[in-house]
Amino acid sequence: MIETRGLRKSFRSRAGRETKTVDAVRGVDLDVAKGEIFGFLGPNGAGKTTTLRMLATLIEPDGGEATIAGADLRKDPAEVRRRIGYVPQGGSTWDESTAREELVLHARMYGISKADAQRRAARALDAFQLTEYADRKCKTYSGGQRRRVEIALGIIHEPKIVFLDEPTTGLDPQSRAHMWDEIRRLRSDGMTVFITTHYLDEADALCDRIAIMDNGEVVAEGTPAELKREISGDVVLVGLDLAATPQAAQALDGEPYVNKLETADEGGLRLYVDEGATAIPQVLRRLDHAGLELRSIELHRPSLDDVFLTKTGRSLRES
Amino acid sequence: MKFARDTWLIFQRQTQLLLRNPVWVFVGVFQPVMYLLLFAPLLKPALNAPTQAEAYKIFVPGLLVLLAIFGGLFQGFGLIAELRAGVIERSRVTPISRLALLLGRSLRDVVSLIVQAVIITLLALLFDLRVFIGDLLLAYLMLALIALMTSAVSYGVALKVKSEDALAPLMNTVAQPVLLLSGILLPLTFAPGWLQGIANWNPFSWAVDGTRSLFAGDLGSDKVWQGLSITAVLAALGVYWAARQFARSVR
Ligand SMILES: Nc1ncnc2c1ncn2[C@@H]1O[C@H](COP(=O)(O)OP(=O)(O)OP(=O)(O)O)[C@@H](O)[C@H]1O
Ligand SMILES: [Mg+2]
Repeated sequence: MIETRGLRKSFRSRAGRETKTVDAVRGVDLDVAKGEIFGFLGPNGAGKTTTLRMLATLIEPDGGEATIAGADLRKDPAEVRRRIGYVPQGGSTWDESTAREELVLHARMYGISKADAQRRAARALDAFQLTEYADRKCKTYSGGQRRRVEIALGIIHEPKIVFLDEPTTGLDPQSRAHMWDEIRRLRSDGMTVFITTHYLDEADALCDRIAIMDNGEVVAEGTPAELKREISGDVVLVGLDLAATPQAAQALDGEPYVNKLETADEGGLRLYVDEGATAIPQVLRRLDHAGLELRSIELHRPSLDDVFLTKTGRSLRES
Repeated sequence: MKFARDTWLIFQRQTQLLLRNPVWVFVGVFQPVMYLLLFAPLLKPALNAPTQAEAYKIFVPGLLVLLAIFGGLFQGFGLIAELRAGVIERSRVTPISRLALLLGRSLRDVVSLIVQAVIITLLALLFDLRVFIGDLLLAYLMLALIALMTSAVSYGVALKVKSEDALAPLMNTVAQPVLLLSGILLPLTFAPGWLQGIANWNPFSWAVDGTRSLFAGDLGSDKVWQGLSITAVLAALGVYWAARQFARSVR
């Protein structure tokens, strides 16, 4: 559905006398399949919005190419526009109009007839539970209501692909969960959804596949499960008294399911295993057999943050 | 066809929003009326005109051109607000014609100017101004072209500078000399030679002269076609340039 090769963009900005060049996006290759929710995860300034704006024909790439829903981004941007929807990060509604007016206008900008636009607006308002506020000015909406209007705008013409730039930023947990449901509904309608986010849990729970972006480059791509598996497997933390630790280490070292074993200074072991859930019962049995008493046992599954950490040397939570 | 439809769509939307704001409507109608009622009485003695009607023949066309210039030049502010709200970006991801995005807005400005002009003309009729309808319509065409040019340029500049802080001084700097050197408020007939020399380079000076000739019933005067051609060419250039700004990247 989306295929990009070597997409690049740099900006020149002036600070006082000096002209500085910011390489916002430096060669991005992506392949997004039809009907998936594709997530673009990265810290502030990673280049997510810049990439999206290029794919949405808003800015011209400095280099590289892209095919979007079968249309060539460089040769036929007009056709790309007809096939995509785009919901910008910073909002897109006008304070003095109502949600219904915005929806009708936006549909008509795609060449849809007035009557059809009105029908579509009514349906979208209903689907996004906005009917109650439909004829109030946008400036009276809450952040979450406004975000829903903006997403409804992005899909009013039933595009093949919709780009959502940080659709849930600023929403409370409940509204976020609702938004996730709505995004999943778009997928079940057959739409391809491309979202950006800097929430790890969102990328993990919502996206079928993700690309992790840092500093203008894609540093990892795959399903959340693949990415996590790729780095280290699971870690089992075994809590033991300091005295019992060496014996336990001896007992577990060389067990076939343990890839690597570390002892902690204050007592206890870290076992690196492929599959934590099946390793734990075996660990318990082995220690019981050796007559060792353990205080606690804990399973640590790698998070996307661990993935980010191994790929970039920084934690996404810190950056 | 698509282009006409797109332009109409934007024009409708912009007009609807304008009418929704009562302050704008009030200011738009009231300001020119104030000029006419409070400033015009000073004119007969100042212009040394034989009658009040003669004074109006000189003053009203100047006032109308003034409104056309200013009505257009400051429209960019509204566009910057739209830019900030993301409305322009939202429009630019749709296949709507880029020229229509500009022209729909500029035509709204032209129509609201013409409405103002009609109100002023009707009021001036009460003060014994007399002008042929054909001449008047040509004068309105001139005003429409001026407003089209200034509003297009204002939108184009707004898209380039993207901030009110830059747009305001810029537009003021442009407007002031243009205004002073066009003989809008007082004709330049008595100006010293060097001042007239400079004024010859000011297209608005030609526009004002043309409009005055029309109000004087002097349809055959060279000034009429000169003024109309100059404003038409400039309006076309302004629209072309500003539409390109809409097509280019914003932000
Ligand atoms: N118009 C511009 N002019 C100059 N620099 C820009 C421009 N747009 C973006 N940048 C720079 O490009 C880099 C990438 O910005 P971008 O908006 O794509 O990041 P992002 O991943 O969307 O971040 P965020 O999570 O904060 O939205 C940043 O360093 C930013 O300052
Ligand atoms: Mg962004």
